Amino acid sequence: MIRFLLRRLAFALLLVIAVSSAALLLTRLAPGDLTSELGPRARPEDVARARERFDLNRNPLAQLGGWAARAARLDFGDSFLYDRPVSPLIRRAAGNTAVLAATALAIATFLGIPLGVVTGSRSSALAACIRGASLVCLSIPPLLASLLLVFLASRTGWLPSGGMTSVAAIDAGWPAWLLDVARHLPLPALALALPLAATFERLQAQAMTETIHQPFVVAALARGVTWRRLLIDHAWRPSLRSMCAIYGLAIGALLSGSFVVEYVTAWPGLGRLMYEALRARDIYLVAGCAAMGGIFLAFGSLVSDLLLFAADPRVREGSGK
Amino acid sequence: MRSWKWEATAGRALLILVVFVAVAAPWLAPNPPDRQFDAYLYAPPTRIHGTYFYPLRLISRLERRFEEVRERPVSVRWFGAGHLVSSADPNDPLLLLGADSYGRDIFSRLVYGSRASLGLAALATLATMIFGAVVGGIAGYAGGAIDEILSRFSDFVLVLPAIYVVLALRAVMPLVLPPGQVFALLVGIFALVSWPVVARGVRGIIASEREREYVTAGRAAGASPMRLLAVHLMPAARGYLTTQATLLLPAFILAEATLSYVGLGFPTSVPTWGTMLYDASNVALVGEAPWMLAPAAAIFLVVLAVNLVVQGSGRPPLVR
Repeated sequence: MIRFLLRRLAFALLLVIAVSSAALLLTRLAPGDLTSELGPRARPEDVARARERFDLNRNPLAQLGGWAARAARLDFGDSFLYDRPVSPLIRRAAGNTAVLAATALAIATFLGIPLGVVTGSRSSALAACIRGASLVCLSIPPLLASLLLVFLASRTGWLPSGGMTSVAAIDAGWPAWLLDVARHLPLPALALALPLAATFERLQAQAMTETIHQPFVVAALARGVTWRRLLIDHAWRPSLRSMCAIYGLAIGALLSGSFVVEYVTAWPGLGRLMYEALRARDIYLVAGCAAMGGIFLAFGSLVSDLLLFAADPRVREGSGK
Repeated sequence: MRSWKWEATAGRALLILVVFVAVAAPWLAPNPPDRQFDAYLYAPPTRIHGTYFYPLRLISRLERRFEEVRERPVSVRWFGAGHLVSSADPNDPLLLLGADSYGRDIFSRLVYGSRASLGLAALATLATMIFGAVVGGIAGYAGGAIDEILSRFSDFVLVLPAIYVVLALRAVMPLVLPPGQVFALLVGIFALVSWPVVARGVRGIIASEREREYVTAGRAAGASPMRLLAVHLMPAARGYLTTQATLLLPAFILAEATLSYVGLGFPTSVPTWGTMLYDASNVALVGEAPWMLAPAAAIFLVVLAVNLVVQGSGRPPLVR
């Protein structure tokens, strides 16, 4: 167990280092640099100062080395766009993305898995309806889902159609602020959650159907276990094994999806920040965002491994991984 | 398990329909895709009354309100002038899905846009398949260090959220490019990001297939490794490649739409489903002109078609 964890941690570290270094080098080697943000009529001394401040006069590898040495001491450099250190910017954006992604994951889980148990264990009119709805949701990826929900929101006025807070709520104290965020959250969270819930439903249904036909389930049925208990105690738990493996992938899907959702609904998260930074060639902000994204991914795969560990005794007893 | 064959059939039919639309675009589109009808900015879809329709007259530019000119019905012409259906009077356009902010016919742009969107996705899929099959085949056949490096690398790429990699690669290129170069660049980027997925699967198939007797027989008969791989082993991966192609195609359509939507894809003058969505990104306007979301419906149909095919074949859905 300890060795396994250490190996995962080493992989996580490698992932974060590789992703952020690649992002930094790519941005550095791209045509144009952040000084073009100063505009065509910028004074040469301003341009020179900006190039000096962001190490653009050093060769790319030296810059990477310098950045890595500072990053090891948790100094991730400054953002040119925002003219302040990168770390607080990223922490804030990552927090917003985490709130969005966690809400979406919770919705997807509590919606998708029970529905999948229903559709996977019997064939009825209800199951067919859920199945159809799930196929439709599966075909509305986050880009389309967020556009659709924004359209509905602007048409009906039930929910705010974008942003994370309204202007009025910023100075109104934290309970009002929290309430305001809670009003802005459902739209992007649903846009992100619906396709994922459909994926969970389909996978759970498939896993369930496969498990029900296993000999041990038939044996339990023969012993006189009721259908309901059979489903929950005997069939559902083993079927979770394949779901746990999906959770690791789901984190990647959530990150990918959150980029478009944040863009469409103006949610101030990591994806939006990364996009702004990339466009402006804001080199240290790009590297910082990439590092944070890498941490999210590593965290996701770790959680998925731990879930698998908890759900499957075969893995726990050490023969598996 | 119950069979859901009709789903696969419906999905295939939908896909064939979409390909037909792309191929027959000039015939299906009533208007040229870039013609701007200045009196028809944000005009709603034309209502057809049997064989004729009423042209629209702008009442209020501010409120974008239109009125039908009842006195002057224009007849709908079928199979005339090289179009399936068009307006008899070229100045009073037939706008099946309304007009956009420049007064361009959304239906025609949608139909023409399917060429760029599907063409890009199809070409990128082909490139990914070829590259992935070659690398995966070599790794699976050769084994050893090459295999090890490739597997580690593709494991790594698989972990990354693809859209960020695509976004980063696109964003570090010059932001403004002519359409032809954007097309080539996007094909390249998409293939670069997704070939490891294909290579990994092909590698597995080839590595297990290599141990079979017919391969030993082929080797004994003097077939070169290249010939063995290309002629005898690769057919085993055919089913896998087909599956991957059906999954990659909608993913690439979406990737194009996403990039164009955030302003990193095609220039807005080129009709693609992505640039049309970009036109529709103004929230306030879309509330009043929902027909601007037509490209979203088109993308939905393609993804639905693929999902139906996947469902019908009993495979699990892909996590995107």
